[in-house]
Amino acid sequence: MNFKIVFFCSMLTAIAVTQSAQARELIQNKGSDTLVNVAQAWAEAYPEVNPDVAVAVSGGGSGTGIASMINGTVDIANSSRKMKDKEMALAEEHGQHPVEHVVGFDALAVFIHQDNPVKSLSIEQLKDIYSRKPKVRKWSDMGITVPGCKDEIVVVSRQNNSGTYAYFKEAVLGKKGKYRQGTLDMHGSKDVVDLVEKTPCAIGYSGLAYATDHLQTVCISKETGGSCVEPSVETASDRTYPIARPLFMYTNGEPQGAIKEYMDWIKSDAGQCILLGKGYAPAGSVSCK
Amino acid sequence: MSTSSLTDAASDSDFDRRNAAWYIDKLVQVLVFIGGISAIIFVVGIFVFISKEGIGFIVGRFDFVEFFTSPYWYPAEDEDPEYGILALIAGTASVTGLAMVVAIPFSLGAAVFIAEFATGKTRETLKILIELLAAIPSVVWGFIGLSIMNPLIIEWFDVPVGLNILNAGFILGLMAAPIMTSIAEDALKAVPDRYREAAEAMGATRWQVIYKTVLPAAKNGLLGAVLLGVGRGFGETMAVLMATGHSINMPGSIFDSVRALTATIAAELGETAVGSDHYMALFTIGISLFIVTFVINLTADLVVRGVRKG
Repeated sequence: MNFKIVFFCSMLTAIAVTQSAQARELIQNKGSDTLVNVAQAWAEAYPEVNPDVAVAVSGGGSGTGIASMINGTVDIANSSRKMKDKEMALAEEHGQHPVEHVVGFDALAVFIHQDNPVKSLSIEQLKDIYSRKPKVRKWSDMGITVPGCKDEIVVVSRQNNSGTYAYFKEAVLGKKGKYRQGTLDMHGSKDVVDLVEKTPCAIGYSGLAYATDHLQTVCISKETGGSCVEPSVETASDRTYPIARPLFMYTNGEPQGAIKEYMDWIKSDAGQCILLGKGYAPAGSVSCK
Repeated sequence: MSTSSLTDAASDSDFDRRNAAWYIDKLVQVLVFIGGISAIIFVVGIFVFISKEGIGFIVGRFDFVEFFTSPYWYPAEDEDPEYGILALIAGTASVTGLAMVVAIPFSLGAAVFIAEFATGKTRETLKILIELLAAIPSVVWGFIGLSIMNPLIIEWFDVPVGLNILNAGFILGLMAAPIMTSIAEDALKAVPDRYREAAEAMGATRWQVIYKTVLPAAKNGLLGAVLLGVGRGFGETMAVLMATGHSINMPGSIFDSVRALTATIAAELGETAVGSDHYMALFTIGISLFIVTFVINLTADLVVRGVRKG
């Protein structure tokens, strides 16, 4: 069903874009939910730079973008995780040669309900909550009482094709780690935020740009008892925040023509400042007005 | 349908009847024949298609025991992906089961009322309203589960999350009830009036007429209605995806979040690379679902036939 929705939306976008822009070059851009807002902002700003190129953006998750790249249906795939070796091999089999571009960094924020008294958690504690044989199932296991919550932790995660899902697993549970059963697998960062806002017992994770005033972001430390770092654009930029990840765009082969110009513009100060404005950390140092 | 036999038959007769009307008649015959067997063609075609897509997994990575007995469905892992659908089967079964608990009393009650008690305007209004209920799109039911049922369940039952079996089962019960009501009502209407008249002549009360005469006479149709509801429950996707919480979990109570087979396919299929193990595993779930619904329908058919003979 989701595939159909994504397909339909991208068709609509494509139709809308092609109709308003006859004889213009169309770039298909698809993937990561984390990147979709930025990608949209880039696509909207780009016609001022080059009116002959239109960019059609759709989300759906990193897995969607990478699958489309493998199937050869997009020009640029957005991903909040690296392509797996297996996926690379599969792409080569399908005659595609994905080339990786780092376009920014994102702090992966851990969200809790507003009433939750927790201020900081360590990677170790997150692992105890999220891993296959969880040591922590109740807030009281960590000596915490959450008002409005009976004790059991409601563990919120993402669907398994999400780049955020894959990155969080690797960063928190380790390469061989596996998620516990019974997590609520939300279909998008926005859904995670919505659920955590409403559920006192909940803990969830998503890109920092999705944070709202109605929930708390947790300060993360590498070790229990160690000093913690608040997620922010600055701490993601200087890599002091322990769960910040690179954001990727993949092109088929070294980009050429309009796609190359677009990628170069994204990596330029103009493109990177738009990314910064959306709450993500730029790939390099930039100066914005 | 060979042309030679047609011409032979025509030459035998004294005059040639192959005018426009004759050709139209033959054409319509062929079209109706195609229409008649199209269901078979489609069913076989769909089965061949999903089998073709899933076969690579079945002959390659597939481990029968793991697939049906492991509750771990983690197909997107880099190393050691797990393909167990037991938790998903449990999710679908528990939600469908609860839906039937909700829907059977509702729909049978409504059917009895409409068929036996209601008259005139009440009856017509009720029938129209029930058909309207059946026309609500499943995604709208999903909305209701997500935004109305969810906070209500949290408040009433004091549970952390309202997206669970209770929520999805209730929603699904309401979705299945209108269709079950319609079918059950048809079954009750099909009971000849002379049965009722005979029972009343024996001095039976209205309830006795229904309970002792009409319901037993209509049980085939009523069973059909229930099985149709079960089929609806198994196949429903969107509302279940939104209301269950989409959580891989062996349910221990009706307040546990679960995940359904259909919802898993819907959420993941569009986002896997065509031809990958994950993609083919999803098609294998599709094959399993197909077989399950086939078996349900076949059993229903056999049961109804058996009842009819006895």
